[in-house]
Amino acid sequence: MNKKSGIVFLAVVSLMLFGCPPKEAQQGGGATTSAAGGGGEILVGEYGSLTGPQATFGQSTHNGIMLAVDEINAAGGINGKKIKVITEDDQSKPEEASNAVSKLISQNGVIAVLGEVASSASKAAAPECQANKVPMITPSSTNEAVTKIGDYIFRMCFIDNYQGPVMANFAIQDLHSTRAAILTDMKNDYSTGLTSVIEETYQKAGKQIVAKANYANGDADFHSQLTAIRAANPDVIFVPGYYTDVGQIASQARELGIKVPFVGGDGWESPKLLEIGGKALEGCFYANHYFSDDPSPIVHDFVQKYEQRNKVKPDALAALGYDAARVLGDALKRSGGKGGADLKNAIAATKNFAGVTGTITLGPDRNPINKKIVIEEVKNGQLTLRKSIEPK
Amino acid sequence: METILQNLLNGIALGSIYALIALGYTMVYGILKLINFAHGDVFMVGSYAGFYAGNALMKQSNHPSVVHLALVMLTSMLACAMLGFTIERVAYRPLRNAPRIASLITAIGVSFFLEYGGQLVFGPDPKFFPTLLDKQVLHFGSVTTTNYQLIVLGVAIVVMGVLQWIVFGTKFGRAMRAVSFNFETAALMGIPVDRVISLTFILGSTLAAVGGILFSLSYPKIDPLMGVLPGLKAFVSAVLGGIGNVPGAVVGGIVIGIIEAFVGGSPLSSWRDAITFVILILILLFRPSGLFGKYQAEKV
Repeated sequence: MNKKSGIVFLAVVSLMLFGCPPKEAQQGGGATTSAAGGGGEILVGEYGSLTGPQATFGQSTHNGIMLAVDEINAAGGINGKKIKVITEDDQSKPEEASNAVSKLISQNGVIAVLGEVASSASKAAAPECQANKVPMITPSSTNEAVTKIGDYIFRMCFIDNYQGPVMANFAIQDLHSTRAAILTDMKNDYSTGLTSVIEETYQKAGKQIVAKANYANGDADFHSQLTAIRAANPDVIFVPGYYTDVGQIASQARELGIKVPFVGGDGWESPKLLEIGGKALEGCFYANHYFSDDPSPIVHDFVQKYEQRNKVKPDALAALGYDAARVLGDALKRSGGKGGADLKNAIAATKNFAGVTGTITLGPDRNPINKKIVIEEVKNGQLTLRKSIEPK
Repeated sequence: METILQNLLNGIALGSIYALIALGYTMVYGILKLINFAHGDVFMVGSYAGFYAGNALMKQSNHPSVVHLALVMLTSMLACAMLGFTIERVAYRPLRNAPRIASLITAIGVSFFLEYGGQLVFGPDPKFFPTLLDKQVLHFGSVTTTNYQLIVLGVAIVVMGVLQWIVFGTKFGRAMRAVSFNFETAALMGIPVDRVISLTFILGSTLAAVGGILFSLSYPKIDPLMGVLPGLKAFVSAVLGGIGNVPGAVVGGIVIGIIEAFVGGSPLSSWRDAITFVILILILLFRPSGLFGKYQAEKV
């Protein structure tokens, strides 16, 4: 009896851990799909985290993309053909991202793919695009390895080798930090990548990393890691993770009497950040792609259109989704609506494109050259611009 | 030393929540020999019920108090009691005489139904649980804790006591134990088996609601998949303490919590979840009946 129930427990646990939940698909453009690019439509695929722990990432990006595509279509489309976006949800899981993209390519016959935000998901899906010679643009994956997967993979945002040193130097110069601690989301390529560049920057500057600890995205309790960090007595704590965890980490740190500021990267960007973190995030900083109250006309115009349509302020991920879709539209015009190598070369030739997140020129490594980076500060429960670092 | 004490305290606080959830697993298993894998998701629904009730209440009077907490807790318990009753009625009762594996698989089905149904109904993105009670940080030297953590521990112990009393001190408890022993014979003795089982589920789900509210109070980010990991860990706690054993569930939960806190606070912090499951495997290999081994000589 005991042995038998033991086996049953194990069987059930393994089912719980490895079972595949149902996949949900969402149509972005309306009616059901036709065959590859046929009729008067150009099919573009989008995959993103519409549900799951990073849901606001995928939803914001989706709203940004749809705004751009509707504008392109209203202005006459691509040589008279309309762009149709087919959206797949990857539930914030890298393995689902790869499934979603292979479905978009093999079943829907899309000629280009937009996504993802999370670097782990982009890295999982990019090989599918590369193998099928379908160009993919990631709006906001900052991990360096993503575009190294192949010559069909492009990106719209700065990379962590740029973001990480900016974060670290900001802490060292503006916050006079000499002893930092880092709390890393160990399952996340974005977080581990940023952690190593921050460490390097500290070492180069002759400053110390006094404590390192790990967590896994979705954990609820961080007390024990924070207790270890508290014992090391740092003057700043880096959390290069995602918004869902940062708020909880900060409020538990304040409970433990940790008063030093937290510093993070663009993974903090979400309308939910302050809702979850509240007062605990007061006086904390993070690096970002753009600041939504930027007075420049292009940002202002975008914010207004987006707000009118979605009733919320666009975050940086919406802005990058918007830029990615517009760069794709621009490249499609130049490739004459053709996909494959023509489209790849057209995207690679993108030069001085006026985007919401800055002027976009793609370099030989398919990353944008010289993008702006901003540091935002939480002040009186509001996000304010602390520093804007213009490209050199 | 201070770090060790702090981690001990962190572990007890986390473990008390596992203990509360584990009590529900153990109750249902004790009676039906069914591992109710939907239990972690009932816990999630309890949190959401509390989320909506709490927000409605905060609109009436925006001042956190114990009354708020009690009202929200009652609403959530009621919602989960109904849910537990419905689950048992719809999903498990028709399979009562089927092989146990069929019920187990159904339990997993119910679990997925609640998780993904929850994404549809509540929305897939995380939500912020309202502050129903002002958080107070308490200092003992350099070791800190909060009033939340003390409440959770207190509630877990009280609930354990009440359950123990229900099972061993009441007529209903005797009926439960009879059903647990053999429900066909129990039926022949005039025990209303269906009603006893329904009530067991209601009781278990109510406990999940209590756990859900206290969890959300301490860790105020809730989402439809929040029940998965705490549910699994509570399950490990129940197995560790000896599944079916009420005090065992509480001790198991607290032990798991403390182990997690120490692993999390060490350089091995990335192994925190893995350790819990290693414990599960070790327990199943070397002492399948758990620390308080209850079912050793039974049902031969």
